[in-house]
Amino acid sequence: MSEDLAARVSAICREYGSDAGRMMDITRAVQAGFGCVSEQAVEVIAAATDATVADVESCVSFYSFLSSEQKGKVVIRLSDDVPDRMAGFQRVLDAFSDELGIQPGETTEDGAFTLETTACIGLSDQAPGALINDVPVTHLSSDSAREIVRELRRHMDPRRLVHEEGDGNNAHPQIHSMVRNNARGMGAILYTPYNRGEAVNKALSISPKEVIRAIKTARLRGRGGAGFPAGMKWEFARNAPGEAKYVICNADEGEPGTFKDRVLLTERSDRVFAGMTIAGYAIGAAHGILYLRAEYKYLRPFLEAQLEQRREDGLLGKSVVGREGFDFDIRIQMGAGAYVCGEETALIASCLGGRGDPWNRPPFPAVEGYLGCPTIVNNVETLCCVTKILEEGSATFCEYGTRQSAGTKLLSISGDCLRPGVYEVAFGITLRQVLELCGAEEPVAVQVGGPSGQMVGESDFDRQICFDDLPTGGSMMVFGPDRDLLEIVENFMDFFVEESCGYCTPCRVGNVLLRETLSRVRNGAAEPQDLDHLESLGETVRKTSRCGLGQNSPNPILSSLENFRHLYEDLVSEAPDGQRRSFDLDRAVQEAAEITGRDPAHAG
Amino acid sequence: MSDEFTVYIDGVEIAARPGQTVIEAADEAGVYIPRLCHLPGLPPHGSCRMCTVIANGRSASACYQPVSPGMVVENDTDDMLEHRKALIEMLFVEGNHFCMVCEKSGHCELQALAYRFGVTAPRFPYHWFPREVDSSHPEVIVDRNRCILCARCVRASRDLDGKQVFHFKHRGPHKKLSVNATARLKDTDIDVTDAALDVCPVGALMRKRRAYDVPIGERLYDHEPIGSDIEHRASSAPDPVEPAEVGS
Ligand SMILES: Cc1cc2nc3c(=O)[nH]c(=O)nc-3n(C[C@H](O)[C@H](O)[C@H](O)COP(=O)(O)O)c2cc1C
Ligand code: SF4
Ligand code: FES
Repeated sequence: MSEDLAARVSAICREYGSDAGRMMDITRAVQAGFGCVSEQAVEVIAAATDATVADVESCVSFYSFLSSEQKGKVVIRLSDDVPDRMAGFQRVLDAFSDELGIQPGETTEDGAFTLETTACIGLSDQAPGALINDVPVTHLSSDSAREIVRELRRHMDPRRLVHEEGDGNNAHPQIHSMVRNNARGMGAILYTPYNRGEAVNKALSISPKEVIRAIKTARLRGRGGAGFPAGMKWEFARNAPGEAKYVICNADEGEPGTFKDRVLLTERSDRVFAGMTIAGYAIGAAHGILYLRAEYKYLRPFLEAQLEQRREDGLLGKSVVGREGFDFDIRIQMGAGAYVCGEETALIASCLGGRGDPWNRPPFPAVEGYLGCPTIVNNVETLCCVTKILEEGSATFCEYGTRQSAGTKLLSISGDCLRPGVYEVAFGITLRQVLELCGAEEPVAVQVGGPSGQMVGESDFDRQICFDDLPTGGSMMVFGPDRDLLEIVENFMDFFVEESCGYCTPCRVGNVLLRETLSRVRNGAAEPQDLDHLESLGETVRKTSRCGLGQNSPNPILSSLENFRHLYEDLVSEAPDGQRRSFDLDRAVQEAAEITGRDPAHAG
Repeated sequence: MSDEFTVYIDGVEIAARPGQTVIEAADEAGVYIPRLCHLPGLPPHGSCRMCTVIANGRSASACYQPVSPGMVVENDTDDMLEHRKALIEMLFVEGNHFCMVCEKSGHCELQALAYRFGVTAPRFPYHWFPREVDSSHPEVIVDRNRCILCARCVRASRDLDGKQVFHFKHRGPHKKLSVNATARLKDTDIDVTDAALDVCPVGALMRKRRAYDVPIGERLYDHEPIGSDIEHRASSAPDPVEPAEVGS
């Protein structure tokens, strides 16, 4: 074993207190330093942290940004999501592949470049996008892909690829990114001026119980997707016995087509951190963790600096705003590429340094979460709403929205529309109004809530965006008349298959079977009964899966079967000649023809 | 016991105690809820989902779900039967299971469940993923073709043997059983007397050269369907039952 490697890996372990609970940070740092977490590195880490070799391997093999195989100095991860595909993903991939002389998944012989595809990176409004090491590049074309490779060959420094910075804080020296906010809709959270420290001061001037009451009076429900009442969650955690309690901000933003948290973290990080501090005060926590998805690593230096500034300003640290007895600080925990880690129990498991396997509930995190302590997990946007409620009062907050869904909602809109971007709208707005806002000229279908949500058509356009009608964590993809909806559905199923944690049978196996059946339908090799199969299989996966990933993964198929059934039926109905309409004789005999080396008799 | 309360499983009243899970209360009362990953004596794992029931209107895994007074549980219903059959089929097509040549046949819980629920041939296509066999150890063999990722061996090694011989690697459909060594099973500290070797519900983890100690025809599930032992408890006088010892 190389002594140098052993010494450097040990040093990394020491930096994180040789604590197996910081395995994510340790393995990430080793990956960054050596381009892989090799077998030798695994042994050193296991010895240093008192973990088993199997523990370390299990963690490394779980996350897509960690690998046991050597990666190139520059890793190009092209985002493979539906909006990327709609905007020319394949051409860009081919260009990268051709220019580098490697296939996706491979590394160039000189060890300089690795080319990969990855799940949605949170840039669907400027697709196709890619991450080059940590640096996001947007609006790619085959030309710009080639140009990027040529330029990188000259300096090998992805940061220098940023020739023109984006708007707002994207141009901040600590971010220095070409990403654009595309913040278009005017709304209370994104646009109202921000008075630093105001919300925290106001919260600390009342009792924790009164803070929780204010959140309840504002009828704030979680913005991460499930819509759980935030005040109630906080009250559980406040009343749960425990010396230490934790506040976690869920910035994993992994639902394909969602990117509103990216904009909030870029432009309104103060509101996010204030919201966490207020939550800490309310439930009696001294520690906060911001779980930041690996894809948003480029925001980390900026966010760290913001935290440091808040410490200097007395808004974090010992005796927050001079309040004796209320200490609160925040650390950033980086993710490593796993959608399931957005699920709150998986997120906590990941923060604890292992695989991101969700837990069975009970226990609920509010009672037994991080390190076994009462823990609340809230979405970035939810915490911004908290700050807003403290700034302006519960009544003002409720002026927007409906009775069951108070306030505003940020939508991430992508796909076939003139103005993709982030819109802040009042709950209760109809889908049709949203489509007008973003300039969707001929919408045929809309994926509301990302792949986990619903694919709806024209007959649903007058429904309202809110928790009781058409709920959404924010993702909204618009599809025009030229799109192959079933191809899109299949793409979503690919996503779920890859992102399942693999813990439970229905999600691990069922999603593969759902995808396989769908693909048979699309290839014209399915029977009409296969549609019933899809429905019953989908129902089993939905009913028996252990966490929200599997419970929602059949949604693309089930909702498109419901709303666009004719697309399926066209592919499986029998034609008058008794054959399936989509049956292609040439394709069916192609393999046999190749093997025998003969032209099929019916040819010509 | 004074703090006992009533729970209803498919309309039948059973007695339960605070702190019990649905499956524990059902086992004591002689009501069989099918299971694969659960084994009394080990902490629950909740991965196979065979034990899914509807508890107070919501899907829940009976091996995890705590009982509460008056809880209404749906277990043996047409819906649940369909889901369980589908789960059994999923496990069959995910792995490479050849019952006719498997040493575990007759002792295999997956096979026994298929018989009990009338799954003769899966409706789904087989995955046919290549799986590794590790026969490096002189006394023990791991055949991942048959592994259903129930984590019984992982838990038994950790909690009963005080070792950590087994773990999992990768995620999603690529998830597989791993051993605690950078190389193979022979490099771990597994011992042929380990309790971890008694718990595998299928033929994935076995002691070598013991496969036919019990002849075919005299095996666990050759005469009565899986679950019968539990169901007999309902007909016989319901003595308080201690959870079965692992490995006995
Ligand atoms: C597979 C899966 C992925 C999720 N991803 C996210 C996410 O990226 N961000 C988020 O805030 N919530 C996500 N959630 C929801 C969280 O589990 C949790 O409900 C949420 O963070 C709670 O915060 P809220 O109440 O403020 O919405 C996800 C849930 C599931 C099942
Ligand atoms: S539903 Fe999927 S992601 Fe959730 S526990 Fe099961 S396998 Fe893991
Ligand atoms: S027995 Fe409950 S999930 Fe396996």
